[in-house]
Amino acid sequence: MRPEDILVPTPSGVCCKPGGFHIDPTHPVDKALITHGHADHARPGHGSVLATAETLEIMRLRYGEDFAGSSQVIKYGEVLKLGDTTVSYHPAGHVLGSAQIKVERKGLRIVASGDYKDVPDPTCLPFELVPCDVFITEATFGLPVFRHHDADGEVAKLLASVELFPERAHLVGAYSLGKAQRVMALLRAAGYDKTIYLHGAMEKITAYYQFSGIDLGNVELVKGHKKSDLAGTITICPPSAMTDVWSRRFPDPVAAFASGWMRVRARARQRGISLPLVISDHADWDGLVKTISATGCSEVWVTHGQEDALVHWAQSRGMKARPLDIVGYGDEDDSDGVAPGPAEGAEA
Amino acid sequence: MNRFAELLDRIAYEPGRNNKIRLVADYLRKTEDPDRGYALAALTGALTFRNAKAGMIRALIAERVDPHLFELSYDYVGDLSETVALMWPVDESKRANRTPTVTDVVETLSTLGKAELPAQMTRWLDALDENGRWALLKLVTGSMRIGVSARLAKTAAASLGDKAPDEVEIIWPGLEPPYLELFAWLEGRGDKPLNLDPAPFRPAMLAHALEEPDLASLNAAEFTAEWKWDGIRVQAVCGNDEDGKPVTRLYSRTGEDISKSFPDLLPSLRLPAAIDGELLILREGRVQSFNVLQQRLNRKSVTPKLTSEFPIHMRAYDLLSLDGTDMRDVPFEERRARLDAFIKKLNDPRIDISSLVLFETWDQLIAARADPAQGGAGLDAEAVEGVMLKRRDSVYSPGRPKGPWWKWKRDPMIIDAVLMYAQRGHGKRSSFYSDYTFGVWNAEDALVPVGKAYFGFTDEELKEIDKFVRRNTVNKYGPVREVTHNAEVGLVLEVAFEGLQRSSRHKSGVAMRFPRISRLRWDKPPRDADRLETLEKMLARSDKVPA
Ligand SMILES: [Zn+2]
Repeated sequence: MRPEDILVPTPSGVCCKPGGFHIDPTHPVDKALITHGHADHARPGHGSVLATAETLEIMRLRYGEDFAGSSQVIKYGEVLKLGDTTVSYHPAGHVLGSAQIKVERKGLRIVASGDYKDVPDPTCLPFELVPCDVFITEATFGLPVFRHHDADGEVAKLLASVELFPERAHLVGAYSLGKAQRVMALLRAAGYDKTIYLHGAMEKITAYYQFSGIDLGNVELVKGHKKSDLAGTITICPPSAMTDVWSRRFPDPVAAFASGWMRVRARARQRGISLPLVISDHADWDGLVKTISATGCSEVWVTHGQEDALVHWAQSRGMKARPLDIVGYGDEDDSDGVAPGPAEGAEA
Repeated sequence: MNRFAELLDRIAYEPGRNNKIRLVADYLRKTEDPDRGYALAALTGALTFRNAKAGMIRALIAERVDPHLFELSYDYVGDLSETVALMWPVDESKRANRTPTVTDVVETLSTLGKAELPAQMTRWLDALDENGRWALLKLVTGSMRIGVSARLAKTAAASLGDKAPDEVEIIWPGLEPPYLELFAWLEGRGDKPLNLDPAPFRPAMLAHALEEPDLASLNAAEFTAEWKWDGIRVQAVCGNDEDGKPVTRLYSRTGEDISKSFPDLLPSLRLPAAIDGELLILREGRVQSFNVLQQRLNRKSVTPKLTSEFPIHMRAYDLLSLDGTDMRDVPFEERRARLDAFIKKLNDPRIDISSLVLFETWDQLIAARADPAQGGAGLDAEAVEGVMLKRRDSVYSPGRPKGPWWKWKRDPMIIDAVLMYAQRGHGKRSSFYSDYTFGVWNAEDALVPVGKAYFGFTDEELKEIDKFVRRNTVNKYGPVREVTHNAEVGLVLEVAFEGLQRSSRHKSGVAMRFPRISRLRWDKPPRDADRLETLEKMLARSDKVPA
């Protein structure tokens, strides 16, 4: 049997005919298996959705109660029979509720890993290595120049800057699901115990993280606070808010941005960032190649990102490798992860 | 090396000058000797050692990584040092237990032979992390474009001891990396280092700007006036070293040694003195416009061809020292007389004295400023930037004291132009559309861009323009917005500028010098804005400077 007899890549996602489902489809389908709550993977309008409880809750928060015709919770490690296949979910270490999906048929194992990272994150379960024959991987940071190092060091940089510029406000641009909460948790782990301020767009997801038992300390909406009171504080916001009229409420703000892209200086300069923080929720190059090797797979499918380099690497290691050319998966740091707000021109 | 790398990164990204100073000062305060001294040397451009060539760096990485992965990475990153720093493969188990410091790198490089460089680079690259490798490669390839001037770095150092930047500037020529005695003095642990340089810089005296109404409160009899020439303000110093040999240096207004750029002037500075004056280009005795001087400054290497095509000249304003005697406490009128005698004695075609503008009443001076050609400047009138007023009894005091000296610039040229594009600013202005491209009407009644300006307006006006831009956007290109600009609807900006030159890089064929927004003409419909022919007439007038 060939892997293609189980999963077929289509431009709108991976389709499993014998199981009767799609994984992370980019268009509405009858039955969708969703790896995690980021908007490019979890879209509304499917007939039914199978995902972890956290992912379903995140979809509900984002899209409302009727985000899908029906939904079903699956626990990590639980094995379900779908059509002619068995399916199980395993932690992906990406964001709260994120999962890799293992699909097995007649002894052939394929793992669709969604987005993942292999480094510790206080806000979600650690990545679980799932041995397989075919590994479907992302390649957001699939170039050997992406090495993310430790996030603690980056948070230390932020705190040093807050100490050096006590009269300025620090704005940290971060994707609203996952990255924002991870930055807050990292700040707490580094001993920062003051109030952390929040842009309104992040309120719901952050409250859900706290409700799920993740301790983020004292978090408040920044709205309504006086400019002078915001000196020396840290506010987490969607990246685009930093150049929006919204940012004028802060005293001489330092623009920080938490993203794996900040590893490359030209990217930080393009965005006008003055304090780049290399903190990523995706595996870096070393993480990608280490993980692929460790799964023991003989074939790699690359969904999105810098697929050329990763495919080249896998082939040079004697694996079969191919890009999937799925249209519509992006990388969350290049967007904000919030529903479009009022037009920029409106004076907020 | 890693802390230094972090500093380089922060100051490269930080747009605010004062914030950059604080970042550098913080680094200097928290870093030990001699590391901080060598870092300061790197920031001020005071390090000299054999640089590694890009080819060598490429060869090192080629031995270690897959060439295809390298090409993809280099293509993505766009900078060789950064690509190599990021992708250099490191065997964690073999990582050295001690990372090289700035001191290790600088001291080793100063003695290392060329043949040993590749192996040494490899050892360092293995021992450092991504940021450390990046700083190492920037340092070693001599390509540290980091957005700070030597002046800024010295200002940061001075702030360690609450000293004025000029105090550091004065003793700087006598100091050498790693500046142990400088830091000892700044931190109150040692005496102020002496500048033993035989041709030291003396901090410049600057003037406040004056407007015509201010004249009413001043007594014309107490002042002399001279032309303010449109060149580069410099200080030329000649002294004798311990062996009695003359040492000559040319300094910028802020004390940077710029002698290397003007080797053709140095032989003329052959008598011991310190002169304050203006660098100009003279052709057949006529002062050329600033545009011409600019052409010489833009060249990187000073060739015989350049020096003969752009003959340098110094026009003296003041005498700060003569035969080893400090003249700065002597009243201006007497300094001027001594300067006159000195220039006569020097008798050098490359150096002359800036002539006085003779007047008895303010009205006479007003007339001379309005028409310098008639007021005494003759054929050099177009190179006059305005007049300088100096109190006859003024001593030469560094900085910008209020009262003794005034500069009174000529009125700027002014046009009304229409706002066409606006771009988001940086730093404090990153949420504002604050950089404006404006245009005037051409013969076909279309608007052509003629310049860009990003200052001149008040904070209140900035808010108003920003609001206009957001409400009248017709197109977005990244950070740039095109705004409505037709004969009926648009924003007319009054633009002031100091001069015009022909430019092939601009579609309109003209480029403005020092343009700024002087007024918002909400009252004026765009159709009444100026036309390109107005600019062409202005250009024809400034072209009359004899070539
Ligand atoms: Zn994701």
